[in-house]
Amino acid sequence: MAYDKFNILTSSAVPLPIENVDTDQIIPARFLKATERKGFGDNLFRDWRYNSDDTTKENFVLNNPIYSGKILVGGKNFGSGSSREHAAWAVYDYGFRCVVSSFFADIFRNNCLNIGVLPVQVSPEFLDKIFKAIEANPKSELVVNLPEQTITISETGEQERFAINDYKKGNLQNGFDDIDYLLNIKKDIETFAANTPL
Amino acid sequence: MSKTLFDKVWDSHVVQSIQNGPDVLFIDRHLVHEVTSPVAFLGLKNRGIQVLYPERTFATADHNTPTINQHLPVKDELSANQLKALEENSKAHNIPYWGLGHEKNGIVHVIGPENGITVPGATIVCGDSHTSTHGAFGAIAFGIGTSEVEMVLSTQCIMQPKPKSMRININGELNKAVTPKDVALFIISKLTTSGATGYFVEYAGDVFRNMSMEGRMTVCNLSIEMGARGGMIAPDEKTMEYIKGREFAPKGADWDKAMDYWNTLYTDHKAEFDKELHFNASDIEPMITYGTNPGMGMGIQNDIPTAEAVEGGAATYKKSLAYMEFNEGDPMIGKPIDFVFLGSCTNGRIEDFRAFASIIKGRRKADNVTAWLVPGSHRVEEAIKEEGILDILHSAGFELREPGCSACLAMNDDKIPAGKYAVSTSNRNFEGRQGPGARTLLASPLVAAAAAVTGKVTDPRELLELQDA
Ligand code: SF4
Repeated sequence: MAYDKFNILTSSAVPLPIENVDTDQIIPARFLKATERKGFGDNLFRDWRYNSDDTTKENFVLNNPIYSGKILVGGKNFGSGSSREHAAWAVYDYGFRCVVSSFFADIFRNNCLNIGVLPVQVSPEFLDKIFKAIEANPKSELVVNLPEQTITISETGEQERFAINDYKKGNLQNGFDDIDYLLNIKKDIETFAANTPL
Repeated sequence: MSKTLFDKVWDSHVVQSIQNGPDVLFIDRHLVHEVTSPVAFLGLKNRGIQVLYPERTFATADHNTPTINQHLPVKDELSANQLKALEENSKAHNIPYWGLGHEKNGIVHVIGPENGITVPGATIVCGDSHTSTHGAFGAIAFGIGTSEVEMVLSTQCIMQPKPKSMRININGELNKAVTPKDVALFIISKLTTSGATGYFVEYAGDVFRNMSMEGRMTVCNLSIEMGARGGMIAPDEKTMEYIKGREFAPKGADWDKAMDYWNTLYTDHKAEFDKELHFNASDIEPMITYGTNPGMGMGIQNDIPTAEAVEGGAATYKKSLAYMEFNEGDPMIGKPIDFVFLGSCTNGRIEDFRAFASIIKGRRKADNVTAWLVPGSHRVEEAIKEEGILDILHSAGFELREPGCSACLAMNDDKIPAGKYAVSTSNRNFEGRQGPGARTLLASPLVAAAAAVTGKVTDPRELLELQDA
């Protein structure tokens, strides 16, 4: 599925300073019944956002109009748990293009990269600085520069580099996905398969 | 050069290595279920392509299926829709589909091994994180997202950087009533849920060598709960014994050839791991979790740790205990419970039902407990009947449901109500995992059985001692 190209993103951010946010919180299993990729943003953090009678929970950050933006800043070990890509879809469909944390679960990170959400892993100290900046001013902007692989807190100029492999970086910058690449080397794959018994 | 078991299998499946990028990894066998596949099939349709190797692809219905009255049409419209989509997609792409009622139907990670689809040295993927189960056979097996499901359907490959390697050694003898589930929950409690992130784990030592194949599956299944990509155990005679004669396993001359290959699948003496850990078997007690991630577990006789005593954020820890309505310092023993769930790809195999039956035999289900006993597959269900376990369950006041994932992820009607406590043999105790507001205590089938007959958290050793006396 095609997604928008990613280069430099300047945006305010939504803070979620909770550790071990698992994919069952990002999108509960009962919302995985679709056969199309539609409407997942509405159910992002469903049970933290809404009461069981569908009224909104005032104190949850997504329901607080002070906070907005295309960047979600989470606590350590973000995205643990299930392999459901729906979690990444929900993040994307809600409008986030980048998730910042000091640590990501593997599959979630992969899923994000595959659908055009950039996971930016920063040091615990830098993560703290971001949370502090947002606390002081909810409209604080972050600049996520993919070509340079840096993230900057606009107000203070504090900056950190982040890692991403060249291949995935290229994909995000060009809006390509892996299947485009794999279909191009189909001959090699077929030769390999012929030599690999079931 | 010396290689680890993992290196041997991974390296032999690399079609191409991209500089400063991932490896293109060939996938031998791909397991598909109804929930994470429809959007992937839609992707193929949009690109106008067919599944490249349907003979390497197997489809079952499990996540979303009811566990009673499976012979009737599925009532939930959305679930029925997903099942229909998988059936149609399988047909359109010539993939064998083992839907509801099919003799081979069951939880995807239970039926893979049962049918000989899971073999040593293979690469196996599925859009479910507990695909790590298949590592018990010395396969590289891991969960993938839907984009990757689409990749494998269309090209039989995925693109991933090679993970780091970790070996977890446990030597010595296990204590009484300590099951493979306890071994896994013990490891996760030591490593936390992110302790193995970025790693692929090999389990080694006496404990795993002496473990049955089903026990090994339980351990490998839970690898993902410490953040690992997957876990594996070197194949041995037990592995070959288990596989031999199963439907999709190699036969005749192919079997001999396969055996020759499988016998090379071990970690070389001098091979090095990025990380190596050692534990003593005798330190492991029957385990139970008290919080909202699988790392929040402890020996069943212990008290819930205080926030100061645990690593990580105190606020997150307190939030978790508040959800559970437990206090720091509380003992778990004696806590009243409402539900018991025996099942899932972690503990839904025949040995788990045998263990459960060993405790409830001659006892009665506690009146305050609702018990959902859900076999992992039709084959398991058959064995429960053939071995007389069904009679034991019935005389103790229990009923058996039909196979599926059930309350493991509560996508069907098997939801634990808000605020209720469930002792569950499944793999995740996240907030709301077993239903909105549900509170999950992860434990072994023995602990689940002890809770089912006493109505509260109970050390299974007490009941076993009564039996021995
Ligand atoms: S039983 Fe649970 S973990 Fe296993 S395949 Fe089903 S949903 Fe996934």
